[in-house]
Amino acid sequence: MSFLIDNFVELTVTGLVLGAVYGLVALGYTLVYGVLQLINFAHSEVWMFGSFAAVWVTVALGVAPGSALPVVIGVLLLALLAAMTVSGGVALLLERVAYRRLIRLDAPKLVALISAIGASFALAELMGLRDRVAGWFGLRDTLDPYVRSARDNTRFQNPLETEGVFTVGGYTVSNVDIIIIVSAVLMMVALDQFIRRTRTGRGIRAVAQDSEAAALMGVNRNRIIRATFLVGGIMAGAAALLYLMRFGVTRWNAGFLLGVKAFTAAVLGGIGNVRGALLGGFVLGLAENYGSALIGSEWRDVVAFLLLVVILLFRPTGLLGESLGRARA
Amino acid sequence: MTEGKASPDTESGPARSMAWGPRLGWDRGALARRTTALPKPVKWTLIGLLVVVLYALPLLELPIISTPDTDFGGVLFTVASYVLVALGLNIVLGYAGLLDLGYVGFYAIGAYTVAVLGSLQAQLSWWLLIPLAVIVTTISGILLGAPTLRVRGDYLAIVTLGFGEIIRLTALNTEWLGAAKGITGVPRPPSVELFDVPHLEWEGATALIDLDDTTSFLSFGVADQAPYYWLTLTVIFLVLGADRMLRLSRIGRGWEATREDEDAAELMGVPTFKFKLLAFACGAFIGGLSGALFASRQGFINPESFLLLLSILFVAAVVVGGAGNRWGVIMGAIVVAYLPERFRGFEEWRLLVFGVALLLLANFRPQGLIPPRRAKRAQAVDEQLDALEEGSARA
Repeated sequence: MSFLIDNFVELTVTGLVLGAVYGLVALGYTLVYGVLQLINFAHSEVWMFGSFAAVWVTVALGVAPGSALPVVIGVLLLALLAAMTVSGGVALLLERVAYRRLIRLDAPKLVALISAIGASFALAELMGLRDRVAGWFGLRDTLDPYVRSARDNTRFQNPLETEGVFTVGGYTVSNVDIIIIVSAVLMMVALDQFIRRTRTGRGIRAVAQDSEAAALMGVNRNRIIRATFLVGGIMAGAAALLYLMRFGVTRWNAGFLLGVKAFTAAVLGGIGNVRGALLGGFVLGLAENYGSALIGSEWRDVVAFLLLVVILLFRPTGLLGESLGRARA
Repeated sequence: MTEGKASPDTESGPARSMAWGPRLGWDRGALARRTTALPKPVKWTLIGLLVVVLYALPLLELPIISTPDTDFGGVLFTVASYVLVALGLNIVLGYAGLLDLGYVGFYAIGAYTVAVLGSLQAQLSWWLLIPLAVIVTTISGILLGAPTLRVRGDYLAIVTLGFGEIIRLTALNTEWLGAAKGITGVPRPPSVELFDVPHLEWEGATALIDLDDTTSFLSFGVADQAPYYWLTLTVIFLVLGADRMLRLSRIGRGWEATREDEDAAELMGVPTFKFKLLAFACGAFIGGLSGALFASRQGFINPESFLLLLSILFVAAVVVGGAGNRWGVIMGAIVVAYLPERFRGFEEWRLLVFGVALLLLANFRPQGLIPPRRAKRAQAVDEQLDALEEGSARA
């Protein structure tokens, strides 16, 4: 208990940082669920590919920490762009390969889940075997810095040096912490506005509300579904870079646990609810941190799952309710 | 209802013919009709032969089918325990329509009951441990089901997924349960060594009896895994019998009604919650039983044996085979368990291939390898209705 009180600020800030990442990944689950009522199991792999894209950009550019600020910002922006592009691309690929046919046939949801599980396995293994795949094309030596030790942790060399900005309650809040929390909130606001104000956003809400009626009103359902996957992927790409800036490592199977947690966050906030995703992420991140401070860090995941079970039992629609379709214009 | 009436010859447009329907793929109806049409003695002889072949599989050492790199008896045991688990999960998922992503939790509880009470904290006899494991698991299934079965379908998946992880993490973090290092010396089933049975040896197409390679009948040791396979196979036959009786009883109809439309079933006087809880308990029973068998074969368990991945493989086995059809899920379990073992030579690639295979199966055989006949009937009726609607829209 005293550990919790002594480190309250640190636990809160790191909880919010973690929660911001959960929230951004949770968006992908929430959007797809809102539109299609499907659990996009492979979304974690979308995030994982984004994280590797970010790592590869920094490896390719090879910027040492402590470079001039404009260089650092340029590299980070490029990494962000790469992560978003790759994640968005993988999300679109997923829609094409794992979902489109099943959506068209109106197959049972469970089958779509299995399809997504298969895609998730294949994508994760592909990344874990990337050295072999490069070997097929005879590129193993050329691509060595990108593909070596494919089964181990891959480090992200953050070009931005972590510096303390101000100290509260014995914890020095770093620039990275602030960047992560602020950018997650900003992206969430941008996405919220996108869904409320743009034509595509209106389409997403319409399909979420009643896809048949939306189709009758002239909404191109397939285009909207693609847009939904793309937006979710882009958010996951951003989350990947933010995660790497704070935690510094990724690996081929890192997506799984993060994906489960992010899904938990989405359900916590009310699946299908865009604002709920970020709120759910923050609540989950904080609960995990406080919980593990109280009863020991090895129980961290148990705390997360127990929280989920309790919320579902007493407030089954999540904290903010399910409302992608019902969001006011 | 006969098959002929069930699949009306509707006009099918180009899009329709792409759809999954009774006309695509292997028509199980024909095979089933042909076997039921056989005279009774012939049928029973055929079934008897099949059973004998199944029991003799580890001895036959068939070319192609046998695994070259690992003990075939062990592989067969793995396949058989997947079949058992799939049969249990089929009750929950296929009959009652409850998506349980934490089924490995029951498997783990069964295994841990045997290991903890048989080795770590007490030394109970194996004969006592198996019923104990089953009872503990069934109770845990009811305890989990009572609060969670009230939540909606998709959420149930996540709650159960959380449950599976909580079980594993609790085992990992509790010293009393062996923590990360696991539990060794799990009791094996008592051996009754009666006689030795020889294996076969193949030279081209001719089989020779290999007297040097024998399996002692019912000695549950470490090296030869065939007796464990026989034990599990026997359990599977018992479970199959019970499964058939349940399915054809009032309970089975209750499950079907609950799965198809919960509100309608409730209005018709089906106590849906009780039936769902019963399905959960039955599933937990079988899951715990297979977990207990797994632990007593392995002799050693640790939390690593019960990863979430296993739950997902179990669900994949049921859905790939055709949820709701017991022969289908058996087929699915064989696909999921056997293929990776058979192709161990491609160790590195097997999960990738498995993922792609799941993806392809889901997309091109969405009803499962052997879909339940009811699903095919419903499909045919749906198609008929669609065709009628399209017709009236055009007119």
